[in-house]
Amino acid sequence: MNFKLQPIPMTLTALPTDPLRPLIRRLTGDEKHDASSHSTLDVLWVLYDRILRLTPETADAPDRDRFLLSKGHGPAAYYAVLAAKGFFPADWLDDLGGWDSPLGHHPDRVRIPGVEVGTGSLGHGLGLAVGVALGLRAQGEKARTFVLLGDAELDEGSNHEAIAYAAATRLPLTAIVIDNQSATHGWPGGIAARFPGWVTAMVNGRDREQIEYALAKRHHDRPNLVVAAVEPKWSNR
Amino acid sequence: MMRQTFVDTTTELLAEDPRTAVVLADISADAFAPAMRRHPDRVLNVGIREQLMTGVAGGLALTGLRPFVHSYAPFLVDRAYEQIKLDMGHQDVGAVLVSIGASYDGSAEGYTHQSPGDVELLDTLEGWTVYVPGHSDEVAALLRAAAGHDDRVYVRLTEQENSQAYPDGSRLRVIRRGGPLVVAVGPMLDPVLEATRDLDVTVAYTNTPRPLDAEGLRLLVDGELVMVEPYLAGTSARQVAEALGGVPHRALHLGVGRGEIRRYGTWQDHARAHGLDAAGLRSRIAEFLW
Repeated sequence: MNFKLQPIPMTLTALPTDPLRPLIRRLTGDEKHDASSHSTLDVLWVLYDRILRLTPETADAPDRDRFLLSKGHGPAAYYAVLAAKGFFPADWLDDLGGWDSPLGHHPDRVRIPGVEVGTGSLGHGLGLAVGVALGLRAQGEKARTFVLLGDAELDEGSNHEAIAYAAATRLPLTAIVIDNQSATHGWPGGIAARFPGWVTAMVNGRDREQIEYALAKRHHDRPNLVVAAVEPKWSNR
Repeated sequence: MMRQTFVDTTTELLAEDPRTAVVLADISADAFAPAMRRHPDRVLNVGIREQLMTGVAGGLALTGLRPFVHSYAPFLVDRAYEQIKLDMGHQDVGAVLVSIGASYDGSAEGYTHQSPGDVELLDTLEGWTVYVPGHSDEVAALLRAAAGHDDRVYVRLTEQENSQAYPDGSRLRVIRRGGPLVVAVGPMLDPVLEATRDLDVTVAYTNTPRPLDAEGLRLLVDGELVMVEPYLAGTSARQVAEALGGVPHRALHLGVGRGEIRRYGTWQDHARAHGLDAAGLRSRIAEFLW
């Protein structure tokens, strides 16, 4: 069932698009999370451009697809994608973290249209996503639930409660782990090995075709994991 | 008794209202087995995973359901405190947390199974209504009230019950009129009534310490006040001080002590150890009012 897409080149080439780069550049306030903010860029773009049944007009529709950014650190790419897709004006990007700005260094669902969950403290998004997927199922909604985590975020034990439960109940949500090898003690044996019972796919997190292919596939009776590898956070590893 | 009323009422709510959901972490799973068979999509037992239980409840609420979340108080509140703070409050969603065990129902189980600090922990967060019923006949109405909206509600169930139910206990309800006010929260009423049998005091009861009935306090307090609560002593000190701000008064706050009692026995033994039996209450109330 598992499939791998190889190889994964680890050099960040100039992105062929895009409206995103200038938008990200406007987010100059986010220096603390600079590296982590760009690791998610291509996955987020593919999600919002090609996968999610979600627009600014349907941002509150009960049958919309849900995307939860669990890894709330470094939301610059997230904000840039949301702005590019019209969820809020691009002007908002110019005052990241400001007193009058809806955009903080971690996203707040109450302040930002299109943001499903407020995150920042790691290890909360997957459990919330399990609840969202269960809630949609209980109400007969066919909408998909996606959640994005970082490889270092998997250190948080709360994730492993959700991983085991989703597998045991064959809950068809899709988790994406951005792997930039930032976990302090690493994941010897690979990240997918921590998701027993899930359908797993490995993709190059900079290859939008691979990402789209993996995210479009959907197993309805199993939880789905897509590990998106990008350039390592620290080059000396 | 209270736990059974909770199971029965919630099972009824599941049948009546398609918004109702129940999230468990193994505790009481057997009692909910019939409901789980009837509503497998809305009665969810995540196993012994309290962080997930709370996160799942937050996620269910985000989709418009009304989750009832249940476990032993230390596992429901103490253990998953950050999930309560972030997966509910920060997401601007609600749930109904229903605990059993209270401060020392688990007397023989020991401190791991006791949560004298649950209400104080929730007091650090915004917007929690707290119900502490004193009788199992008060429980159903409180749960049904909580099912009817989307706010954050904590229901603290216990084995210790008063001999009589007061369905109108959401405000301060005067049980006996006399001199200085003694407020009994939830199951503290019977020991307070016994302790003050021959004292000239007013005894008022409430099963809703949050929000505390500030207007009732201002009406009833005439210089002196004794609060008797079944969780950490002084938990309501701030609320009392705010309610009576600018009104000269003396206050005595009685409740469970902060020191761990490294003994087993019964809940009655622990009540006595914390001075919350009738004799202990009487000596401290009489001394304060002397």
